[in-house]
Amino acid sequence: MPPARTDTQAPSRAAWAGQWDRLHGYGPVVGLVLLCIAGALLNSDFATVDNAMNVLTRTAFIGIIAVGMCFVIISGGIDLSVGSMAALIAGCMILLMNALLPRGWAPLAVVAAGMAFALLLGASFGLAHGLLITRGRIEPFIVTLGTLGIFRAYLTYFAGGGAITLDNQLSDAYSPVYYGSLLAIPVPVWVFALVALAGGIILNRTAYGRYVQAIGSNEQVARYAAVSVDAVKVRTYVLLGVCVGIATLLYVPRLGSASPTTGLLWELEAIAAVIVGGTALRGGAGSIAGTVVGAVLLSVISNILNLTNIISVYLNAAVQGFVIIVVAFMQRRRP
Amino acid sequence: MSDPGGIAVARARDAGQPQPGGQRASTLTLTFRDVVKRFGPVEVLHGVSFELPPGRIIGLLGENGAGKSTLMKIAAGYEAPTEGGVELNGQPVRLAGPRAAEAEGIVLIHQEFNLAEDLTVAQNIFLGHERRRGWLLDDAAMRVGATDVLRQVGLVVDPDTPVRRLIVAEKQLVEIAKALARKARLLIMDEPTATLTPSETERLFALMRQLQADGVTMVYISHKLDEVERITDEVIVMRDGGVVARDATANLTRHQMANLMVGREIEDLFPPRRELPDAGGPPLLAVRGLSVPGWAEDVSFEVRPGEILGFAGLVGAGRTELFEGLLGLRPHRAGRIELAGQAVRIRNPREAADLGITYLSEDRKGKGLHVSLGLAENLTLMDLARYSRPLLQRGAEREALKQAVADYGIRTGSLSLRASSLSGGNQQKLALAKVLQPRPRVVVLDEPTRGVDVGAKRDIYFLIERLAASGAAVVVISSELMELIGLCHRVAVMRAGRLQAVLPAGQLTEEALIAHATGTH
Repeated sequence: MPPARTDTQAPSRAAWAGQWDRLHGYGPVVGLVLLCIAGALLNSDFATVDNAMNVLTRTAFIGIIAVGMCFVIISGGIDLSVGSMAALIAGCMILLMNALLPRGWAPLAVVAAGMAFALLLGASFGLAHGLLITRGRIEPFIVTLGTLGIFRAYLTYFAGGGAITLDNQLSDAYSPVYYGSLLAIPVPVWVFALVALAGGIILNRTAYGRYVQAIGSNEQVARYAAVSVDAVKVRTYVLLGVCVGIATLLYVPRLGSASPTTGLLWELEAIAAVIVGGTALRGGAGSIAGTVVGAVLLSVISNILNLTNIISVYLNAAVQGFVIIVVAFMQRRRP
Repeated sequence: MSDPGGIAVARARDAGQPQPGGQRASTLTLTFRDVVKRFGPVEVLHGVSFELPPGRIIGLLGENGAGKSTLMKIAAGYEAPTEGGVELNGQPVRLAGPRAAEAEGIVLIHQEFNLAEDLTVAQNIFLGHERRRGWLLDDAAMRVGATDVLRQVGLVVDPDTPVRRLIVAEKQLVEIAKALARKARLLIMDEPTATLTPSETERLFALMRQLQADGVTMVYISHKLDEVERITDEVIVMRDGGVVARDATANLTRHQMANLMVGREIEDLFPPRRELPDAGGPPLLAVRGLSVPGWAEDVSFEVRPGEILGFAGLVGAGRTELFEGLLGLRPHRAGRIELAGQAVRIRNPREAADLGITYLSEDRKGKGLHVSLGLAENLTLMDLARYSRPLLQRGAEREALKQAVADYGIRTGSLSLRASSLSGGNQQKLALAKVLQPRPRVVVLDEPTRGVDVGAKRDIYFLIERLAASGAAVVVISSELMELIGLCHRVAVMRAGRLQAVLPAGQLTEEALIAHATGTH
């Protein structure tokens, strides 16, 4: 009797939906665990400490940017320029450091100045974005689409179409920032962990983080509740800019140069990490932990493709794309 | 009906628009059969049954939240009943959407306008029913058709005017013209005169009589009981999701109608009026010459500590905008704002809150509450500084929520729900608790009981009174005149952006308030 059965099914379906909702938050974690098991089965090199550190180090750049991006997206914004911004910051800090060295500065002092400059530049770019978006009342998509082009074009111009290379003497002084480790864990992984921890605390345990969520959930309600919407929004872009600065100052010692391809498509990877981590692109709700898992998950995929030859490495981006779409499909709101 | 079929067909042909099916009857009897509607766990209609006979003007009365609007949305296809259904001329039908309902000749004129602001008047009138010539739109025919219906409603406006440029009353008339162009057999009007001047109202009533003579059934929803008394043949009263009375209009007095709506003697609903102590010291809030460009012009008023000052006026009179301006939510020009005798400047809601002035918006879902966030997050949002040292004290927030649930009588199954899972009345209490959380000295409550059932309403009135008795200055903006009369020490009446009068408690009657609000005093 189909009609009779629908009655008894309704509550069990509701219960199942509740279970599903609870599982929802763990989706990315479950996915990551499954991927790691698959990776371990496919290649014996996968489940080694070396490989794990390698993956985490590579994740650090995108992961740090994704933490900042998480704030911007939760507040209802977006920043498409982070890859170009990283390239321009890299170029500018190298130029500055190369210029300071002949003035008799100690290499370590030069590196410290370069790092401070990277943070300052990131914060300034973020401030410019925030002001254009709030005071200028331009859509964040448009503003950062514009600066995406501007930043990369200036880097290409400064580099004369080629690459800007760090002085060898400075490279040596700077390299521990990328290649060094502390307690057997690479420096970038430490920094990533600290940034993520700080991000989580700011988002979940401070008034500012609450305001970010309130604005993304409904900006009008936040405005009527006496939240200084513009100031909060500007700060999310500054925060992201600083995160880009941190990622860049970790990245520069890796290659010691900046070229027009530096940071290419980082914006997409960072946004993808945030979305895969369960943050809704329309804003309002999201988590730093999810973002971290999302970033790691994406780089585990490319790591597995590198280590195995089931799927061509050339299809790396395609696999990531499929993962993003599948995750979005699973996380779509029930109507 | 006694109408022979031949005439009905002829009339449909006269209408110039071939109807689907070709031969529908010119009149329509709509019957509700045991209609139940639930939104999630909340049941808003509990088995409503009645019939709307053709060619009658039926007044549908009930307080906000009584279920009138939901029932009418079901009739017009905007909502589907959870149980029960609708019959047309005795045949059960399932109205899949507003288009299906319009095909049957059922048209609902919304209280909130349903017009596409960037399209022209003519384009709006024919929206979804565009006249075509082959593949292309027949703009000329639509312009002629629009001119015709606009003349009937008495609106003198070029059909090519974008709707954006019209004032609120003109938009209302365009809505009515749109319904005429749909050849309605059942016309549901939700507060159609809220924005109209008396002469426009007269013209609307004449049009309604004419439509009635053509056999059109009309449902007239209004809180203006004098109009209900004048225009309707019959009155149906709803309360708390059910029909409580149906009678010929001639058999009921206005007072009886009001009592039926509220369900008890009105006096019980409000706290006893507290005498204000004699004026000593400056008013808590004094506003001199406040202007909000486009909405309010040169408004001055003052509120004393312990006083409840009402603001009455028609929709569009500028009351909400005046206070949004005062709070810095809109650009404003103020001659002078004084708080407890001190001149202050308010540029944004943050500065207002820091001065101890908070505002409860009339738009609960759009501006009042974060429905997708939790209860505690909503409650403490305006007062977060108190809970951050510098990390947020979640335990303290939860304590505050427990306290508010007890103080404000918020009925909730659990403290960790989202605000969206509360019923409308409890959401409103939470919104009220939220704006009172920073312990403001001056609080502006805009439609504090909108969409709230009678029991919750009474709770809110007593809360407002307690708040004022504790020394706060309270401003209540309301479209429900009974509410203002029952609650306020004085009522300011606005019309077209200007303050018309401030009436003391002794002079508060519905007639006086309407007269000032419509400029017929």
